[in-house]
Amino acid sequence: MSTPRNWHAPAEALLLPVLALAAALLLFGVFCWFGGQSPTEVWALLFRGAFGDAFSWQNTLQRAAPLMLTALAVALPAQTGLTVIGGEGALALGALGCAALPYIVSVPGGVVGSTMVLASGALLGALWVALAGVLRQWRRVNETISSLLLSYIAIAVFKYCVEGPMRDPASLNKPSTRPLDEALRIGAIAPDSFLGDVHWGLVIGIVACVLFGAWLSFTAQGFSLRVVGGNARTARLVGLATNRLVVLACALGGACAGLAGAIEVAAVQTSANASVIAGMGYTGILVSFVARHNPWAIPPVAILFGGFAAAGSLLQRRLGLPDASVLVLQGFAFVCILGAEALRGRLFPLLTSRPAFTVTKAKTGDKVIA
Amino acid sequence: MSEQRWNRRELIQAAGALGLVGITGRALAQKPLTAGFIYVGARDDYGYNQSHADAVALVRKMPGLKVVEEENVPETNAVQKTMQGMISQDGATLLFPTSYGYFDPHILALAPRNPNVRFAHCGGLWQAGKDPSNVGSFFGYIDEAQYLNGVVAAFSTKSRKLGFIAAKPIPQVLRNINAFAMGARSVHPDITVTVIFTGDWSMPVKEAEATNSLADQGVDVFTMHVDGPKVIVETAARRGKFVCGYHASQAKLAPQAYLTGAEWNWIVPYKMIIDAAQSGKPHPNFVRGGLKEGFVKSSAYGPAVSDGARKQAETVRAAMLADKFDIFKGELKDNTGKVVIPAGKVYKQTDVALEGMNYLVDGVIGKV
Amino acid sequence: MNSDAWMTLLFAIVGGAVRVGTPFLFVSLGECLTEKSGRINLGLEGVLVLAAMAGFGGSYLTGSWWLGVLLAGACGALLALLHGVLCSLPRVSDIATGIALMLLGTGLAFYLGKPLIQPQAPQIPSLALGWWSASQQVQSALSINALFPIGVLLAAVMHWGFANTRPGLVVRMAGDSSDAARALGYSVNGVRIAATTAGGFIAGIGGASLSLYYPGSWNEGLSSGQGLIAVALVIFARWRPWRCLGAALLFGGAGAIGPALQSVGISGGYYLFGAVPYALTLVILVATSSTRGSLRGAPAELGVSR
Repeated sequence: MSTPRNWHAPAEALLLPVLALAAALLLFGVFCWFGGQSPTEVWALLFRGAFGDAFSWQNTLQRAAPLMLTALAVALPAQTGLTVIGGEGALALGALGCAALPYIVSVPGGVVGSTMVLASGALLGALWVALAGVLRQWRRVNETISSLLLSYIAIAVFKYCVEGPMRDPASLNKPSTRPLDEALRIGAIAPDSFLGDVHWGLVIGIVACVLFGAWLSFTAQGFSLRVVGGNARTARLVGLATNRLVVLACALGGACAGLAGAIEVAAVQTSANASVIAGMGYTGILVSFVARHNPWAIPPVAILFGGFAAAGSLLQRRLGLPDASVLVLQGFAFVCILGAEALRGRLFPLLTSRPAFTVTKAKTGDKVIA
Repeated sequence: MSEQRWNRRELIQAAGALGLVGITGRALAQKPLTAGFIYVGARDDYGYNQSHADAVALVRKMPGLKVVEEENVPETNAVQKTMQGMISQDGATLLFPTSYGYFDPHILALAPRNPNVRFAHCGGLWQAGKDPSNVGSFFGYIDEAQYLNGVVAAFSTKSRKLGFIAAKPIPQVLRNINAFAMGARSVHPDITVTVIFTGDWSMPVKEAEATNSLADQGVDVFTMHVDGPKVIVETAARRGKFVCGYHASQAKLAPQAYLTGAEWNWIVPYKMIIDAAQSGKPHPNFVRGGLKEGFVKSSAYGPAVSDGARKQAETVRAAMLADKFDIFKGELKDNTGKVVIPAGKVYKQTDVALEGMNYLVDGVIGKV
Repeated sequence: MNSDAWMTLLFAIVGGAVRVGTPFLFVSLGECLTEKSGRINLGLEGVLVLAAMAGFGGSYLTGSWWLGVLLAGACGALLALLHGVLCSLPRVSDIATGIALMLLGTGLAFYLGKPLIQPQAPQIPSLALGWWSASQQVQSALSINALFPIGVLLAAVMHWGFANTRPGLVVRMAGDSSDAARALGYSVNGVRIAATTAGGFIAGIGGASLSLYYPGSWNEGLSSGQGLIAVALVIFARWRPWRCLGAALLFGGAGAIGPALQSVGISGGYYLFGAVPYALTLVILVATSSTRGSLRGAPAELGVSR
């Protein structure tokens, strides 16, 4: 049996997802072939629709921007071992918070005002997901389920507020809050360049991922978060304030989702309405898992999934495939990535050595935090 | 040598001549107009989206026209990208985004950037001076057909209780509820219409639950304003009640229970707008029409509709077609007792004030 | 509101509890079986949707509703089998796989179900248990899904089976102590895969109830997170099949309150009423969770009781 080399682990970290994606694309091609389409045409259109030209890039980046933040909403609590899937609700509350601030206080224009409305959205999102963390630490309520229930409740509250007390009477057939002041809105990064109408939300997303990645990798607090995730008992023995760290991670994750919602209002919709709820929270879950909850990896994965969604549009128009084909592709991708996890640590031995060593049957107790 | 030079010269001349012919030839031949249609939901939902898809199927048969469609496009940035994709990648110069929520901010953001493309939005409120001139909105006064639904329903109800299942209390929906109620009460003034709002355009379990709750209350004729009426029609029929359809004809789903329906006839405004685009006329900015203009129509009467009902409905229809009938006129009270249209005032269907309706008329049980 | 209206409301809630609760019942029973063996299957949402589509398609194509139901169960079992197999690989997390399958199941269902949105399929028959009453409302409230008594029977069988039969004990062992199971010669993975697949079959029947009875039609908005909610129901039913039945009825009844109130004239805030089932579930979860160690009654190997 060959001994593992130093470069095996990082090489695996890159190769496994790539192999998994290739497998997913292959599966998708076969799937489409059963449906009477030519797989090569499908693959070509996927690439063209996602990365083919400047317009495709704009489409992809535009869709990837909110995904980075909603993925952080899953990745940050995951560092402490929690699986929180309530990003959609936090996003809705964030949108509500952003639109609501001008109702309560008079917000100055410009960057200061924009920061204030974004911050209010982030705050609401943070509080909501932190609640799930609190329930988990102090009442042992499973956070996956509580965050999901809280998400449904948040969306109901959002719809109630937007169509009821906060409704703008001028928004006739599309109930919305009062439009955000022009001075508070977020515009395009470089409207005349190839980036087109991609807005600053993309930059915020990337910066957030980089900052959190650095925080987790290089600071003591970030490290202690990961210790809690590795083994809560050990963390407590070592003297870490586990409860507080867990709630902090949840709050930060919720803040990211809330920020995504606030950006949707400030940059895209200009007011809070039901169109804000478009499944970005759920796709973010997918992105985070595929990126193995690593904030450094989230931007490229988000761009990949943004690309899939962008290509789906072209698949519909050129080949007449149903829009659900993107969902199927994402599903295949996720399943393959998970299956590839099983190969971690064994890829190179499998490839390089003769199968003289036995693959030991997996211990069923093996549970990994993603 | 000289032969070769001559051949090359001739070749170049011939190529030039061909090129010239090619250019003029292309100018002479009518370049097909590419029209893009965008749906917010599934195309075959027996409802709103299907009403558009049915018309698009007819549009495909029109000469000189190429059609691209995309469905399930949410009202986010995604629709901007879809529209831009149809423009840049498919060469579309006429777009029909059919869902209300596409107008603001999406069409309004995209239109100035594409001044040579015409946007025909369904349902929006285009305003002169405020909205770009390459944008237009079209819609139909389907409340006229809902009024007729109400007249027919009044003849079929034994309990004098009608039910209306709606998505959200927005003006277009309230107008339909009010028209239905007034139509029914013009036959029997003691009829009441109970409204249940489900909260969103497509919620099958809630719609089924609402139908059952209303049926438990004794309601025996239903109508609706949701994106996909299939569930309500089937659930009502299963409870042995009658139903008036909406958006498209659901008669096939419940042939005995289906009385009549209020349907869209989008091919009429589509043709108007496409003709204007193909012949180079200016883009129609504000297109509205009712029964008279053929924008909306009623489904054929079902077997359960009595002769008396047919006669009454046809009398009203004739008056509407002759422009002698106004639905919204004073004095009209809402269901809290307030006077919303003073005596003597008449609102014609084209009156923009009606597009901001925010009340439920007397006889409707429910709250806005 | 006069007493008549109160009675009507009550009947509406009872009727709604059974109508809306049937899919919850089957999905939570299926998840109960899966979790008793020590595995959590969040992919039941995907199973529910895929099975609903398959059931509708099967009923439509073959013309018989029970073939549709069987097909739905089979599809559910297949997807759950995939979940079981994936989870038995090393280093694969239950929860991640569940979410992946939720996505895949939903995507496949929407993709393959496109031609099924329009047609009508033969429906599951109703049992008219209210024949004794003269009131229309009682009759309709007691006209229940033929699958509902099967679900009740299933709950009884599971309750008895977990305590008294060998397969039941083996499943519980795999869930409570995998070492003990292995010591007795049972493959823990095998037991879990079998339990997950069976759970998927049961949940699939719940899906068929959605598309072949109530609302009785296939379209993409059919499920609103019911599969995931069912997982929550299992937890606050403390993994006991009879309590799953109670929880499903409670949730179904809570879901019927909103429309029922509107139909007697109490409208306004209908969004908030729509949130009542979720809020209720959360409150009960919080109230019944204990601060001391793991949840009582939880299978020890389940990731939920960390």
